[in-house]
Formats: sequence, C-alpha cells, structure tokens
Amino acid sequence: MTAAQEHLDPALRVEALASLLTERGLIDPATVENFIKTYEKSVGPMNGAKVVARAWTDPQYRVRLLADGTAAIAELGFKGPQGEHIVVLENTPSVHHVVVCTLCSCYPWPVLGLPPSWYKDPAYRSRVVREPRMVLAEFGLMLADDVQVKVFDSSSEVRYMVLPERPDGTGHLSEDELAALVTRDAMVGVAAVSAP
Amino acid sequence: MTDSGGHADTAYLLDTSGPAAPPRDNGELTFAAPWESRAFGVALALRETGRIDWEDFRQLLIAEIGDWQDSGAASDDWSYYACWLRALERLVSQDGLVAADDLETRVSLLAARPPDHGPAARDHDHDHAQHDSQAHDDSQAHDDSRAHDDSRAHASTSHAG
Repeated sequence: MTAAQEHLDPALRVEALASLLTERGLIDPATVENFIKTYEKSVGPMNGAKVVARAWTDPQYRVRLLADGTAAIAELGFKGPQGEHIVVLENTPSVHHVVVCTLCSCYPWPVLGLPPSWYKDPAYRSRVVREPRMVLAEFGLMLADDVQVKVFDSSSEVRYMVLPERPDGTGHLSEDELAALVTRDAMVGVAAVSAP
Repeated sequence: MTDSGGHADTAYLLDTSGPAAPPRDNGELTFAAPWESRAFGVALALRETGRIDWEDFRQLLIAEIGDWQDSGAASDDWSYYACWLRALERLVSQDGLVAADDLETRVSLLAARPPDHGPAARDHDHDHAQHDSQAHDDSQAHDDSRAHDDSRAHASTSHAG
C-alpha cells in the first residue's frame, strides 16, 4: 500500500481521529466503547416490537402512541438519541405506510436500533419514493391495488415508525408472544406481520 | 414487561435472542468492520458531551452522501460509514477540535508503525515502505451481486418530512 492509499484507509483514519480526540480530552474511549456495545446489543427492533404489541393489546396505549409517539414510547423506557420526536404511522386495511430518509439515514434508534444497510443504500432511498409498490414487491410485500401507499421521508426533526396491522388469528396470544412476531422490516413498512 | 417482575425499565436489555432481537435477527451485523463501529462511537461520544452539534453533523453527512452520489462511483463502492467518517472529520476540523493537518500528520504516524505494532510502535521512523500489511479491501470489484442496486438513479425529492 502506498502512502497515499494509507491516507485513505478508513481504519487508519478513524484510529488517528480517535487518538487525537482522546489525547485532547475530548472523548473518553470507555464512552465510545459503551455506545458501540449499547447499539450492538441492547437497542434494537425488540424495543419497537414491545411498543407495537402493547398498542395491539391496550387500546388506550394505542391512542397515546398515535397522539404522541415519543411520550408513549418513553413509557416503556425507550428513549435516547434520534428518538426526540418519533411519529407513529398506523397501517390499516386501506393505507400502508413505508418510511425512508431520502437525504441520509434518519431512523428512530430507540425503537429500531441502527438502520440496516439497505435502508442506507442510495437505491432504496431514491427508489422507494418513485416506485414504492415495486420496491415493496421486491421485499416480498404485495399490496392490493386498492391499498393506498404513503411514503414518509424522515426529516431533521421527525423520526417515523410504522405500527403494522395485527395479523388475524392472534387473538389468543399474550403481549410477549405478539412482540415476538413483530419484525424490524414491518416497523419500517417494507413487510407485514404474519401470524405464527 | 407485565411479567418481568418489576424490572420493566431494564428487561429489554436482556432480550437479545428471539425473533425480534437485533442486530443479527434480520440477517446482518450492525457494523461490517471495527472501524465502522469506532466511527459511530466517536461521533456519539462527541455528541453526548456537547462537543459537536448533531444537526451540524447530519448536514455534513447529507453533503458527503450527496457528493458520493454525484460522483458517479460504482454502487459497489458505496460505504455509508465512509461518508460518516468524512463528515465527522470535516466537523471536528470546522469546530476547531482537530485540524485537518493534525489528522493527516497522525495518519502518517500510524501508517509508519512496524507491521506488528505494539510497544515498539514508539519508534516512529516514517518508513512507509515496510507497511503494506494493513490489508484493507475497499473493493473495486463490480460483480453487481448486491440486492437492491438495480437502479442508480438519484431522486431529487425534497426533504419535507
């Protein structure tokens, strides 16, 4: 590797950046590690799945969730960066919501964790706006023609999460059992939730 | 939560397996390489202590992503965290935390370490010739094997949420 190539090596660059920031007292390496560990292991779609299951089983919670997503989500203990203003979009038999961030990758971290690579991909970000039905079909979600598709573009302020429809035949399941059915993709709006 | 015995606030921390558990449940790791997670963690740490403004960072990230899209680079070369890192470098430079020259100097220093850099790395001799071991595959391949890259058109949608 030439010197010029080494300067482009992101591993080397981030190591250099971290070492300088640490020496100057601007970051604590333990804090850096803690953030990494938290988002690798503790924060993720299982949080959002619990929110969805609660909304399916508690009508009053559902009303609160749709009225003020951030506050209702905080009731379950989920808050933090990128969760300051979460709006929950309810899917119904006639309206399907799907979420994108066309400019970067805004995403509701406290309920979904960090976004998957396809969400950050330029192709998804541009295509889901132009041809949402085709993109959804590629994800395996076929929507009837009479279902309206609404694409929501995240902004600097708002992060969206989809409240999927509760599948038929799940009336006997507990809240925890329901949460286990809910996937990340369903909460972004590129999948439906299936009964077990 | 209702059956978690009074640990409602932290019960979710333990829920790392099962159908809804991240980050592997949907088939991928949160980070593809250690440097990606480090770039993420450094930005979050700077944010937490108020050293950087998150909206400033986001605007630079949008600019970096836009520049990449405008460059016409092959979609195989797309790296979200490479954009993230460049945005972070620009922000810390703009904010006077780490000047661009300081960063380049440090990159040179690190690049000049012996291949088995450990304690011996104190002897910086700036001999670049011996350091070809940081094998790092910024793949130039064009095998078009990724899902969802059948379109490279760029939408110019507005960002009205």
